[in-house]
Amino acid sequence: MSGDAAQADLAVNLLIFLISTFLGIELIRHVSRLLHTPLMALTNAISSVSIVAALIVLAEPKNDFILILVTIALALSATNIVSGFMITGRILRMFAPNGGRKKSAKGEEQNGKGSAKA
Amino acid sequence: MNDLLVAYLYVIAIVLFVLSLRWMSEVKTSQRGNWAGVVGMIFAVGGTLLAYQIQRIDLLVGAVIVGTIVGMLIALKLPMTAVPQRTAMSHAFGSLAVALVGASEYYNRAIGIDTFSISVLSAEMILGFLTFTGSCIAFAKLQGLIPGKPLIYPGRIYVSLSSLGIAIALAVYFILNPADSFILPVMAAFALLFGFLLVMAIGGADMPTVISILNAYAGISAAGLGFVLDNKVLIVAGSLDGSSGFILAMIMSQAMNRSFLNVLFGGVGAKILTESSSAAQQGRSVQSYTPEDVATVLENARSVVFVPGYGMAVSQAQHVVKELADLLESKSIDVKYAIHPVAGRMPGHMNVLLAEAQVPYEQLWEMDRINPLFPETDVAIVVGANDVTNPAARTKADSPLYGMPILDVDKARTVVFIKRSMNPGFSGMDNELFYLPHTMMVFGDAKKVMADLVAAIKSKFG
Repeated sequence: MSGDAAQADLAVNLLIFLISTFLGIELIRHVSRLLHTPLMALTNAISSVSIVAALIVLAEPKNDFILILVTIALALSATNIVSGFMITGRILRMFAPNGGRKKSAKGEEQNGKGSAKA
Repeated sequence: MNDLLVAYLYVIAIVLFVLSLRWMSEVKTSQRGNWAGVVGMIFAVGGTLLAYQIQRIDLLVGAVIVGTIVGMLIALKLPMTAVPQRTAMSHAFGSLAVALVGASEYYNRAIGIDTFSISVLSAEMILGFLTFTGSCIAFAKLQGLIPGKPLIYPGRIYVSLSSLGIAIALAVYFILNPADSFILPVMAAFALLFGFLLVMAIGGADMPTVISILNAYAGISAAGLGFVLDNKVLIVAGSLDGSSGFILAMIMSQAMNRSFLNVLFGGVGAKILTESSSAAQQGRSVQSYTPEDVATVLENARSVVFVPGYGMAVSQAQHVVKELADLLESKSIDVKYAIHPVAGRMPGHMNVLLAEAQVPYEQLWEMDRINPLFPETDVAIVVGANDVTNPAARTKADSPLYGMPILDVDKARTVVFIKRSMNPGFSGMDNELFYLPHTMMVFGDAKKVMADLVAAIKSKFG
C-alpha cells in the first residue's frame, strides 16, 4: 500500500485508536474497585493479542535473527495469554462463591457505582 | 474472500474484547467477561493463522507449548499474595514481546521503510523497552529481590531524563536515516536504561500507581505496533489496555493526592526519613498491649472494622483475619473491612487477598463509604496498614502525606494497631495514631498477633 491508500488507512486506524481509547476509559471507569486486580490481569491477557503481530512477522521472516526475535516474542505472548486468563479466572472464582445472588443492597450500590445500566 | 473472512473474524474478536471489559465491571458478570476475552483471543489468533501462511510451524508450536506450560505453571502455582509481582512480570513480558516484534518488523523492511512506519516503530520500541526494564525492577522490588526503598541521589532526575532524551534523539536520527540499522540497538539500550532508572527511584508504596502506568505503556506500545502492521485488533486491544492502565493510574494517584509526575519523579521516602525519626523520640510514648488486652476490649465491642494493608499481605495474615472476623460475628459483633484505594501494592490488592480468605465482598467497604461510620465504630483493627491511616494527612500541612485522603481510623472509639516495630511507614512519617490515648499498639507479626488474638478470645468467651 502506498500514497493515498496508506493515508486513508492511517486515518481509519487513528479513528479506531481514538474511539477505542475513549471507550476503554468509559468502560474502565465503571469497573468496581473490587475487581481492579483481575481487571489488570484480564487487560494484560487481552493486549497480548500482540501475539498476532508476532505471527504476521513469522509468516515472512527475512533471516534467522528475525526468526529468533519473533519466536521469543511468541513464547512471551503465549505465556501472558495463558497465565493472564487463568489468573483472572482464578481470582474471579474467589469472588464468586460467597457473593453470587445474595448480594446485599449496599454491595450492589458499591458495584453499580456509576455503571449506567440503561 | 479469505481477506474478508479474516476481517470479520477480527471484528468478532474486537466486539468480544469490548464486551469482556464491559462484563468485567461487576462481580456478577465478571466470569463471563473473562470467557469473552478467551473466545475473542481465539478468533483473533485463528483469523491471523488463516490470513498468513506460516512456514515455520515447528517454531510456532514450540513457542506456544513453552508459553502455555510456563503460563499454566505461573497461574496455578502463584500465591495470591504474589499477584502484584506477577502483574509486573506480565507487563515485562508483554512489552518485551511488542518491542521485539517491532525490531523484527524493522529488520524485515529496513530498506525502503516509510517515514510513518519507522516513526511509530521507534516510539513503540522505546516505550516497549523502557516498560520492560521498568517492570523487571518493579518485579524485583515486589518480590524482595532488591530493596523496595527508592534509590535517590542528587540530580537523579537529570540522569534519568537525559537517558530518555538520548533515546529520543537517536529515534529522530533513525527516522531521518532509517537505513542506519546500527542505531536501533543503541536506542533500545538507552530506553532500557531509562526504564531501569525510573523505577529504581520509586518506592514500594507507590507501586500501585507505577504498575498502572507501566500497564498503560505496555498497551500503548501494542497499539503502536498495530498501526505499523495495519492490524485493527491490535490497535483496539492495545488502546483498551492503555486506557485501562491510565485510568487505574489516575485513580491511584488521586487516592494519594499526588500527580503522575510527582509519583514518577517525587521520590517520597528516603529524604523525609531522617528528620521524622526524631519525632518518634520527642518523649511521646506509645502504649503497648498484649493480644489478651485486646480480647478484653473486643469482648465489649458491638462493631469492629478491620483496616488491612500491605503488612497483611507480607505476613499472609488474611486467613487468620477472616478467622477472627468469623469468631466476632459468631458473638453477633458487626464486622466490616475498610479498603483504602492504595492499600497494598497494586489496584484492588486487598480485595483479592480478602476474597481468597473467603470474606464476603459486601463486607468490603471503600474509603468514602466507611469513613462516616468510624465515629460509631467500637474497635478499628489496623493490620499492616500505616500511611493510609495517618491523621497527619488531614492536619499537618508540612507532612508529605498532607492532603492524601485517609481512612479516619482515629475516630473509632478504640484503635488497635498491629505493627512489627516502631519503624515509620513508607512515607517516613511518624503516625500520629500511635500516640492517641485510645490507641492500643500490639507489636508483632500480623499473622501471629491475629492468631494469638483468636486464641485469647476463644479462651475468654469460653
